[in-house]
Amino acid sequence: MALAGVAIFLTAEGLPGLTASSEDLKGHANFLAYVAPLVFGTLLAAVIALLIALPLAIGVALAVSHYAPRRIAVAIGYLVDLLAAVPSVVYGLWGIAFLGPRLVPVYEWLAAHLGFIPFFEGPASNTGRTIFTASIVLAIMVLPIITAISREIFVQTPRLNEEAALALGATRWEMVRLAVLPYARSGIVSAAMLGLGRALGETMAVAMVLSASGVVTFDLISSTNPSTIAANIALTFADATGIQRNALIASGLVLFVITFAVNFAARAIVERTDQGRAR
Amino acid sequence: MTDLATPPQEHTHVPLKHPRLPSSAPLLAAGIAVAASAIVGMTLGWGVAGIGALAIVLHLAGITLWSRAVENARAATDRLVTSLVWVALLVALIPLVSLIWKVITEGANALNGRFLTWSMRNVIGEPGGIYHAIIGTLLITLAAAVISVPVGLLSAIYLVEYGGQSRLAAWIRFLVDVMTGIPSIVAGLFAYALFSIIFGPGTQMGLGGGVALSLLMIPIVVRSAEEMLKLVPADLREASYALGVPKWRTIIKVVLPTAMAGIITGVTLAIARVIGETAPLLIICGSTDSVNFDVFHGQMASLPVFIYSSYTQPGSNPEILKSMAWGAALVLIIIVMALNLFARLAGKFFAPKRGR
Repeated sequence: MALAGVAIFLTAEGLPGLTASSEDLKGHANFLAYVAPLVFGTLLAAVIALLIALPLAIGVALAVSHYAPRRIAVAIGYLVDLLAAVPSVVYGLWGIAFLGPRLVPVYEWLAAHLGFIPFFEGPASNTGRTIFTASIVLAIMVLPIITAISREIFVQTPRLNEEAALALGATRWEMVRLAVLPYARSGIVSAAMLGLGRALGETMAVAMVLSASGVVTFDLISSTNPSTIAANIALTFADATGIQRNALIASGLVLFVITFAVNFAARAIVERTDQGRAR
Repeated sequence: MTDLATPPQEHTHVPLKHPRLPSSAPLLAAGIAVAASAIVGMTLGWGVAGIGALAIVLHLAGITLWSRAVENARAATDRLVTSLVWVALLVALIPLVSLIWKVITEGANALNGRFLTWSMRNVIGEPGGIYHAIIGTLLITLAAAVISVPVGLLSAIYLVEYGGQSRLAAWIRFLVDVMTGIPSIVAGLFAYALFSIIFGPGTQMGLGGGVALSLLMIPIVVRSAEEMLKLVPADLREASYALGVPKWRTIIKVVLPTAMAGIITGVTLAIARVIGETAPLLIICGSTDSVNFDVFHGQMASLPVFIYSSYTQPGSNPEILKSMAWGAALVLIIIVMALNLFARLAGKFFAPKRGR
């Protein structure tokens, strides 16, 4: 109901933006050329964030479900929930004031020693406000979601499977690899996709941390970075007028479609797994 | 007759127990790794982060090689993974600790009575207050709650009591799940588009923020209320039906009171989740320096937007406004934590009396 409403209103307001002339789009030929770099930046930041967050989240979830003693596990679960409760604007504040400046020496080192890899081409940013920093902040923000979902699925692993593996002389890691991970694979995939959806749509942290210039580049550590759709809306909406706002709303529609597709796929995987399990 | 007795074979001695590392081995290895990397780091003049990274690498390599030498390859892999899991946990907790520490230390400087009771109106060159932002946040969140609690609760009641396993209910459930993933800025754009169509282009008001936030809040309320209503035992409903009570009365008098604790917890958590949203409010509410009690007219300040705008556009007194942004962040986190705490307590306090 409401979902359809969102789609309809966004389309209605965004349509004029789709055909906006070039002077309204800051020199881009048409809407497609305007939104393409933004889509690229959005996907890049979200994917890097996911690459950082996924191993950490699985590690934390395993620690809570299979490694830590019960008392510690409860405390960790509470701390991770705390991580989820911190508002995104505070993450942005932390990213720009604390994390960014501390990453500058790392970026300089990367640019000097690993500059031959396109990702670290440099020149290194001297404020630390790069897409890599933004991705790290995003990773911290999606970590609690992925952790919470994978933890729930790890805990549901049939007790007998685990004990059978242990009884055959498996070490704890072999038990996890043979019993827990195969059982939880689809759950991890959907958790990752939900995290991806969150990272795609996250606005404030990126808007505050990133110093964006709307280019398409794979260089992660320089001071010219691709912007993301959400951050671009937040940064330019207040100054935009008339048809520009419509263009921004249209770009919001693009973002909506992307996240909707990702979430839809994730939920569909969950549903399918649930049905398979019920048999 | 053949001689069945086989000559006794010489068995090589197979020990029942493999050699194992002492149970304190991981801690020992970690301690040695930290000490070694601290010495190396300090002689080379590294920071804490460099020392920590080196310690992690040393520990992982050390415990694996030690285990491989004393135990066997499988045990070594097991130890490596165990250490990796703990390292992941540590790394994940570092940002949380550093974030909270930073917010508290920076925010505590700004916090005082004037900070909480003044607005920013006509404040030039001295620290003002965030009263207007606190009021705005509370009013907007209240509006969001007023919209989303009835809608969310009624949807949940439909899903559990009337919809059941029907196709429509399954679709609604699925769409609500997908709605959870709407980016907050899209919700803000939706509210902006809606209000532009109704009230003319460029309308910005507090109520719009309420609409945008309720869009984010409804799915959370529906899901949590649905879970709680499902937990109400069918026996209670059937007992009520058996007494001839109509369905709507059963729901109001039996089902809702039983599930009330869980519903209050869910609603409070949903409020805590949306109270820190910035992006939609930035678009639909704008910001102002004055106190605005009227959600239907004019721009309205809110805590997250205040943090954002005073840190990124500090104007002529960057130091003062930046420290105020930290103070506002501290206030916001305190509010969110208080709501979370309240949700947990409410769950215990309002729980139905189990009797006996």
